[in-house]
Amino acid sequence: MSGDKKKRPPAGQFITTQFNSLLGWARKFSLFQYPFITACCGMEYMSMVCAHYDFDRFGAGWTRFSPRQSDMLFVVGTISQKEAPVLRTVYEQMTEPKWVVAFGTCTVSGGIYDNYAVVQGIDKIIPVDIYIPGCPPRPETVLEGFLKLQEKIQHQEQEWRWKKKKS
Amino acid sequence: MEEKEILKRLRFKFPVEVEDSAVSLGDDVIVIAKDALLPVATFLKEKAQDYAMLLDLTCVDFRGKEPRFEMVYHLFSLSRNIRLRLKVRLSEQDLWIDSLTGLWKNANWLEREVFDMFGVRFEGHPDLRRLFMYDGFEGYPLRKDYPLRKRQPPTRLRD
Repeated sequence: MSGDKKKRPPAGQFITTQFNSLLGWARKFSLFQYPFITACCGMEYMSMVCAHYDFDRFGAGWTRFSPRQSDMLFVVGTISQKEAPVLRTVYEQMTEPKWVVAFGTCTVSGGIYDNYAVVQGIDKIIPVDIYIPGCPPRPETVLEGFLKLQEKIQHQEQEWRWKKKKS
Repeated sequence: MEEKEILKRLRFKFPVEVEDSAVSLGDDVIVIAKDALLPVATFLKEKAQDYAMLLDLTCVDFRGKEPRFEMVYHLFSLSRNIRLRLKVRLSEQDLWIDSLTGLWKNANWLEREVFDMFGVRFEGHPDLRRLFMYDGFEGYPLRKDYPLRKRQPPTRLRD
């Protein structure tokens, strides 16, 4: 992002970039989360969402208990092999655009459960945007990870309904 | 003193079937032959002995020893507040045992668990399916020769 090499884009493209940026700004502060909580990390999740650490400061306070109304999937806790297809279904039911947060070591890599029953990282099932390690992660760690996700949303290429498709 | 009494009575009633008996940490332990499981369990559940509760039922894999598997039944008498551990040794070639679902109903799921994890078949079980692992899972994960890092193909949603 060095300024000296930056060329001024043509007028039409300039508007598109600005609109992309505007959409990113709007989207990163209006995330509707779907908590997929299976294990002890849920306690840490609760303390992070409730008043002490107050997740709502960052615009993600609303939990939706239907994946169809949410665009950020919080996978919190150990995912067993038997549960994997359920998680996959929940992910597929979510509306676009959607982001996935892997909360805790179990979702990142399987954690201490290196055995027959546990999925070794949820990225074996669904694409993941942010990995938050820790067993369980401190709320500060989660907030840091969430800020990283907001940064990612701000800078990624946005999709919208009447967008011209490339090529 | 009741602990010793029950062992004596079992030895008296089943002189051939009882292979070994001991008192371990205050609890009675008795090892019996496989064929004697149903008669011994029925005898223990009778009103005179009153082991009305099956606390747990599990299996142990002694890999490399013969017989390799050992079924362990934990019985509890509510009226007299004493426990009894019943053990049956099973060899790998002949890995089946009578089901106790007729005597204690909770044996149903416990036996399904043992079938799931160790592959012991229970004769007379009404519904012997896997309990924890999914359909299509191969092998018995709690056996000592199941590879620690073995991964199986992903499963699908059940209909």
